[in-house]
Amino acid sequence: MAAVITKPLTQHIRPDREPLDIKAYEYAGGYQAARKALAMSPLDVQKVVGDSGLRGRGGAGFPTGMKWSFVPMGPDAPRPKFLLANADEMEPGTFKDRLLLEGVPHLLIEGMLISAYAIQAEIAYVFLRREYYQSARVLLRAIAEAEQANYLGKNILGTPFSLELRLHQSAGRYICGEETGLINSLSGRRSTPRAKPPFPQFVGLLGKPTIVNNVESLCCIPGIMQYGPEWFKSLGLTKDAGTKLYGISGRALRTGLWELPMGTPLREILEDHAGGMQPGYTLRGLLPGGASTDFMLPEHLDTPMDFDAVQEAGSRLGTGTMILLDDHTCPVGFVHNLIQFFARESCGWCTPCREGLPWVEKILQAIETGCGESADLTVLEDHCRLLGPGYTYCPLAPGAMEPLQSALKYFKQDFVRHIEEKKCPWSQA
Amino acid sequence: MITIYIDNQPHQIREGQNLLAACLSLGFDLPYFCWHPAMHSVGACRQCAVKQFKDENDQRGKIVMACMTPATEGVRISIDDPEARAFRSTVIEWLMVNHPHDCPVCDEGGECHLQDMTVMTGHNYRRFRFKKRTHVNQNLGPFVNHEMNRCIQCYRCVRFYRDYAGGLDFNVFGAHDSVYFGRQTSGILEGEFSGNLVEVCPTGVFTDKTFKKHYTRKWDLATAPSVCIHCSVGCNIIIGARYGRIRRVLNRFNSQINGYFICDRGRYGYEHILSEKRLHGSRIRENGGHKELRTNEEILRHLTPLIDGKRFIGVGSPRATLESNFALQTLVGTENFFHGVPDRDHALVERVISITKMDPTLTPSLDQVKNCDAILILGEDISETAPMLALAVRRAVMDEPRRHLAPKYQLPLWQDQALQEVTQNKPGPLFLATIGKTRLDNLATHRLSAHPEELSHFGFALAHAIDPAAPDAGETSAEMESCVKSIKEALLAARNPLLISGTGLGHAALIEAAANIARALRHQGKNAYLDFVLPHCNSMGLGLLGGRPLSHALEMVSQVDGIIILENEISRSFSSSRTNQFLGAAKTIINLDIMQTPTSDIATLSIPVASYAESEGTLVNQEGRAQRFYRVVPENPNLRESWSWLVEMMALIKNQPERLGKTPHEITTKLAQVNPIFAPLLSLVSWGSETQKIPRESHRASGRTAMTADISVHEPKPADDPGSPLAFSMEGCHGDVPGNLLPRYWSPGWNSVQSLAKFQDEVGGPLRQENPGRRLFESTGNPIKNYFAVSEKIKKNNHGRWQVVPLYHVFGSDELSAAGAAISERIPDPYIAISAKDAAQLNLLENSRIRLIADREQFERPVKIISSLPAGLVGVPMGLPGMPYVEPGTIVDLIAIPDHRDNEK
Ligand SMILES: Cc1cc2nc3c(=O)[nH]c(=O)nc-3n(C[C@H](O)[C@H](O)[C@H](O)COP(=O)(O)O)c2cc1C
Ligand code: SF4
Ligand code: SF4
Ligand code: SF4
Ligand code: FES
Repeated sequence: MAAVITKPLTQHIRPDREPLDIKAYEYAGGYQAARKALAMSPLDVQKVVGDSGLRGRGGAGFPTGMKWSFVPMGPDAPRPKFLLANADEMEPGTFKDRLLLEGVPHLLIEGMLISAYAIQAEIAYVFLRREYYQSARVLLRAIAEAEQANYLGKNILGTPFSLELRLHQSAGRYICGEETGLINSLSGRRSTPRAKPPFPQFVGLLGKPTIVNNVESLCCIPGIMQYGPEWFKSLGLTKDAGTKLYGISGRALRTGLWELPMGTPLREILEDHAGGMQPGYTLRGLLPGGASTDFMLPEHLDTPMDFDAVQEAGSRLGTGTMILLDDHTCPVGFVHNLIQFFARESCGWCTPCREGLPWVEKILQAIETGCGESADLTVLEDHCRLLGPGYTYCPLAPGAMEPLQSALKYFKQDFVRHIEEKKCPWSQA
Repeated sequence: MITIYIDNQPHQIREGQNLLAACLSLGFDLPYFCWHPAMHSVGACRQCAVKQFKDENDQRGKIVMACMTPATEGVRISIDDPEARAFRSTVIEWLMVNHPHDCPVCDEGGECHLQDMTVMTGHNYRRFRFKKRTHVNQNLGPFVNHEMNRCIQCYRCVRFYRDYAGGLDFNVFGAHDSVYFGRQTSGILEGEFSGNLVEVCPTGVFTDKTFKKHYTRKWDLATAPSVCIHCSVGCNIIIGARYGRIRRVLNRFNSQINGYFICDRGRYGYEHILSEKRLHGSRIRENGGHKELRTNEEILRHLTPLIDGKRFIGVGSPRATLESNFALQTLVGTENFFHGVPDRDHALVERVISITKMDPTLTPSLDQVKNCDAILILGEDISETAPMLALAVRRAVMDEPRRHLAPKYQLPLWQDQALQEVTQNKPGPLFLATIGKTRLDNLATHRLSAHPEELSHFGFALAHAIDPAAPDAGETSAEMESCVKSIKEALLAARNPLLISGTGLGHAALIEAAANIARALRHQGKNAYLDFVLPHCNSMGLGLLGGRPLSHALEMVSQVDGIIILENEISRSFSSSRTNQFLGAAKTIINLDIMQTPTSDIATLSIPVASYAESEGTLVNQEGRAQRFYRVVPENPNLRESWSWLVEMMALIKNQPERLGKTPHEITTKLAQVNPIFAPLLSLVSWGSETQKIPRESHRASGRTAMTADISVHEPKPADDPGSPLAFSMEGCHGDVPGNLLPRYWSPGWNSVQSLAKFQDEVGGPLRQENPGRRLFESTGNPIKNYFAVSEKIKKNNHGRWQVVPLYHVFGSDELSAAGAAISERIPDPYIAISAKDAAQLNLLENSRIRLIADREQFERPVKIISSLPAGLVGVPMGLPGMPYVEPGTIVDLIAIPDHRDNEK
C-alpha cells in the first residue's frame, strides 16, 4: 500500500481545490496516522520523525526530528508547551503553503496533532499570513470539524492527551515569518527577532518551550507516521527524503506548483512540468527557493533540487519555489524590486539592515534609472559582504543580499552597462 | 578570575561579563551604542563588533558582537582586526546616512557619544548621496526636547523609559528605516524619570529643555560634585554653571545610591535658583516700610543693635546644611534651637533615628534595595516622596525573577532580552499597604488599601505572625488575616526581605510596626532590611543635631527678643493661625533664606543666602549617610552661606565672640569635634593638598582671558575657595581624584557622559576611590531584641467627620523644586481629595468645591475623587503651592459648597 503513495502532500487535493471535509478526509484514510501516533509514546513518535530524515520546508532545512528533540520532556518540563505552524509565507515568489492550507486543511491539522503530541504541547497556533483569507475560512471550518470529532480539544480520542488549536492572522509583515519574530508577534509585541540562545525550544511563546514548523513540514508528518520513515526516505531521489512542493513563477510556459520527489533535477521541473520557457524568452537565471536565495544559471539545470546539491551550486533550496529571470527582463530592475521589498520589510532593529538595505535600494533605483555611478558598485559589494550572516541580528538582511550578490557575480556586465549608458538597456524609452 | 586574549595579549578579568564590558573595563576603546552599563546587552546597533577566533591556530575567525558574547576562559578576540574595524566604521557610515549634519547647532555637540564613536571608528567621508529621511518632532513638555532626525535607533530610550523605569507613555513606532521614538501623540512625558533620556540617548534627540534656555557647551561649563536637596534619598548630581549662572544638573554616579540615574525633581529642581522668587537683596523693616541694605557692612550695622545682648531663639531647617544648622544651634544655644518642622515630623524623625541607631545594619543603601528579593511597603507613597527609591524597588522587583531564573537557563544576567523572555517581565514579590493607589501598583503581588491605623495594625499583626514574641495586635479582620499569612510566607521565603515605611503619613505606629516586622524577620534569621523615607534632604542631619519641637518655640517666643529663622517657611510646619500667632508674637524676626516666602516678607531683617549650588556643606540622607557637596560658582558676597552670617552674628554678640570657623571645612571640623556622632565627617572633608586642587573648569574652557575683557584686559585672579578640594580654575589635578570629588566625566576621545566608564575599575562598578559618603551610625554588634508595643487601637468611626491623610506629589510637594519654572508646569492645582463613596454621600462631583474645617484651619478647594481612597479619609496634598498645612490625623468637617461660579460672573 505504502509503495503506491507518491504524493502524500497533494494526493487529496481536488482539481477544483475544494477541500475535503472531515468525513471525506477520514474516508480517504485521514487521521489514521494520528490514531497510530497517539497509541505510541511521544518519544517514539519523535524517533520516527527523526529517522525519516525530514528537513524543515520553511527554508533552512533544519532536521525536524532533531529540532523536536531539544524540547524539555517529562513531568518537570515547563507548561504549557506550544506548537506553532508557520503559515506566514510572505517570501516573494512563494505560494506552496497556500496550496496545502486551502486544499487539505485536515492534513495540516493532523500533522499538528501528531507533532504536538510528540512534543507534548497542549496549545497550538496556526500563524497565518494576513492576506490568506481563503485559507483562514477553510482552516476555521476544518478546525471546528476536528474539534467536533475530538481530534482536537480535551482527551483526544479517549487518550489523556489534549490539544487546543487556534488560528492567528498575522499583522502582515515579512519578519513575522521568522520564527522568533513570529513568537513576539503572537505575544502582542513588536515583531523583532530574538537572539539565540535561548532557543524557542526552551524559551519560546510566553517564555515556554515552543516549536515552530513550516506548514509543508507539518503536512509531511502524517505520511511519515502512517507509512514509516523508510517509505519517506524512499520517496526522495537523492539522500534527502520525502517529496517537495516545487513552484515556478516567471516566463515559463506553465507556471505552477508540483509535488515531486525531493531531489528532482531542476531541468525536469522546468522543462517537463513547466513546459520550458515561453516562446521568445531565454532563461538567464533563476532564484531556486524564493527571493532570498542566490541566482542559479542555465548551466546549473542538471542540479538535483535538494538541500545539499543546491548549496553546492552556490545557492539554497529555500522554499523550493523558483523565480525565473529571462532575457527580456532587466536583472537590475529584477533585483531592485526584491530589495525594495526587503528594505521595506526590515524590522528596523539592527543598523546594517535598517540603514543598509534602503541605501542599496536607492542605489539600484539610481542605476536602473540611469543615474548610477561607478563607485556605486563598490558600495553594493560592500553591502553584500557586510550584511552577511553574523553581521546582522537575523537572517533577513543576509537573505536579501543573496540575489544581489549573485547578480553582481553573474550579471555584473549588465550593471556596468546601466552606468555607462546612463540608462536601462531594457527600457523602451 | 579568568584569562581572555585580546589581540593575542592575555588579560585577567572577572568571570560572568560580556566581551564589551570586559574590554571597556580593561581600558580598550571599543565603540558601542545600544549597550548600557545599567540596562545591559541587546545586540541591536552592531557597533561593538570584534573578531572571535576558535583557538590560536584559527586565522579566519568570525565577526561577533562583543556585547552579546560571553567573556569565557580562554576566549580569543581581536579588536584591531581589519575586518572588524571596517565593519565598525561602516556601522557609523550607516548611522550617518540619515543623521543630520547639525552638530554646530545641536545641544549634544561636544558631549555626544555619536561624535565620539564616529571619530573612534575613523569614518569620515560620506558616500551616501541620496535624501535623508526626516521626522516630525513632538512637544514632550517642559523637561525634554525632541529632535527625532538625530536618532540613530539604538533603542536605549525606549529600553530605559519602558523596560527599566516602567513608563507607559513612550514607545517605539514604525519599522524599517523609519522607526520613531516618542509618544503616541505630542504631549507631556508623564514619567518622573524622563530627564534621564537626556543622558541615556547617545545623540541629540533628547536634550535638556531647561538647559536650552541658557545653553553652554559642556567644555565651557564649570562643574562641581553636588548632592540633590529635593528629598531624603540624597542622589548625587553634577551642577554646571557659567558666568556665575547655574545652567543644568546631570546625574553623578554613586554606586551606593543613584547609580546612573536621577529623578526629574532632582534634575530640574535647580531652576528654583533662577526663579523670580529668589531673594537677592537684604532688607530691613523700618518705620512701617522696607529699607534695602546694599552692602554687608550696612547689614552688619543693622544687625548689631538687633542682636547684641538680646536673647534669640533659632528655628533650624531640614533643607539647610548641617553646617548652617550647627552654626545656628551654637549661636542660640541648644535649649533655644527648634526644628522648623511640624512637631509630628520631629517626633517621627527622632523615632526613626533611634531605630536606625540601635541597629544600623538594618538600613540598606539604595544599591542594596535593588538586591532585595521581597519587599513590603508600609504606608509610604515612595513614588511621590522618594522617586529614586521607587525606581530601586522597581528594579529589585523586576530583577528578582531574573536572578533566580538566569542560572536555571544558563543565561548571564547581562542578556537583557533573553531574560525578559525567560521571566516574561513578571515581577517578583512586592506588597503594598498604603492608603490609596500608587504608581508601583502595577508591580504589586498584592495591595492593601486602608486607613493609617489599619495599616499599622496590619503591620503589628504581621510582625507577630512572623515572630510570636512580637506583641499581638489583637483582633484582625479575616481579609487582613489572609493578607498577613501570604505576606508572611513571601517575606520568610526571601533571603533579603525589605520593609519600607516613612514619615509621609505622619503616623508613628507605622514606623514602629515596620521596625517590628524587620526585627521579627531578623529573629527568624533573615537578612532583613528596613528603610524609612524622611521628609527632607537633611531631616536626618537636623534630627541628629538635636533640638526642640517647634510648638515649644510657640510657647517661648513672647519671652525672648526674637527669632532667627534659618532657610525655613514657617507656614509649612504650622497651620495659618499658628503661623500668625508665632510670627506675630516675635519682637524681631531675622530670616535667612534662598527664596522669598511669606516669612521673609514679614521678617524684620531678611537676608538672602546661597543656594546649594552656591555653597559647600554636608547633608545626611535617610540612611544616615553624610554626603558633602561643593559650590559650583565662587562665593557671591551678597549671597553668603547661612552659616557664614550666623558666625558673623556670633562675633557681633559681645559675650559670644568665639568664631566657629571661616570656611565650611572649619565648621564641619568643629562639628565633628564637639558632637561625637559627627566625628566620621572628618574623613569626608579631608583633602591632602591646598596647592593641587581639582579644577572646576575643564581644560578646554574657552574665554578665560576674554570673559571680563570688557572690564579689564588683565585676567582676573581665580576666586578662592579655601578649605575646599576644588578650585575655580582650569588648572590642577585632572587625573586620579577620589570618585566623589569628580566634577565631570571626561576622558580623551570620550566627551559624553559615557566617559564615566573610564573612572571605574569595572564598568558599572564603583568609581575608583569612590568614597560614596559616610554612614554615621556604627553597628553596635548587638542586634535589637525587643519590640515596640502595639500603640494604637483602630479608631472605627469618626461619626460623620473625616480624618486627614497627607498626599504627595513628585512635582509640587517639595518646596524648592516647586519654584522651578519647568517643574511648576507639572504641579497639580490644589485640591481636596475624598473617596468615591464619600463624594456620592456628599453629592459632590469632580472639581466641585468643598470646604475643609479643622480646629485651626479652614479653606475651600476643588474636589478630587480618588476611588482607591478608603471612605472616611480626606486627602490633603502636602506642600503644594496654595495648600495650607493641616496636621495628618486631624479630624475635620467637610462641607460641600454650592456652585456659585456662574452667578459670580
Ligand atoms: C525573514 C524571514 C522570514 C521567514 N518567513 C518564513 C515563512 O513565511 N514561513 C516559514 O515557514 N518560515 C519562514 N522563515 C523561516 C522560519 O524562521 C523557520 O526557520 C521555519 O518556520 C522553521 O520551520 P521548519 O523547520 O519546518 O522549516 C523565515 C525566516 C526569516 C529569516
Ligand atoms: S536583519 Fe536586523 S533589522 Fe533586519 S529584520 Fe533582522 S533584526 Fe530586523
Ligand atoms: S532617540 Fe536616542 S536613545 Fe532613542 S533610539 Fe534614538 S538615538 Fe537611541
Ligand atoms: S530621588 Fe530625591 S534625591 Fe534623588 S534625584 Fe529625586 S529628589 Fe533628588
Ligand atoms: S553595543 Fe553591541 S550591538 Fe550595540
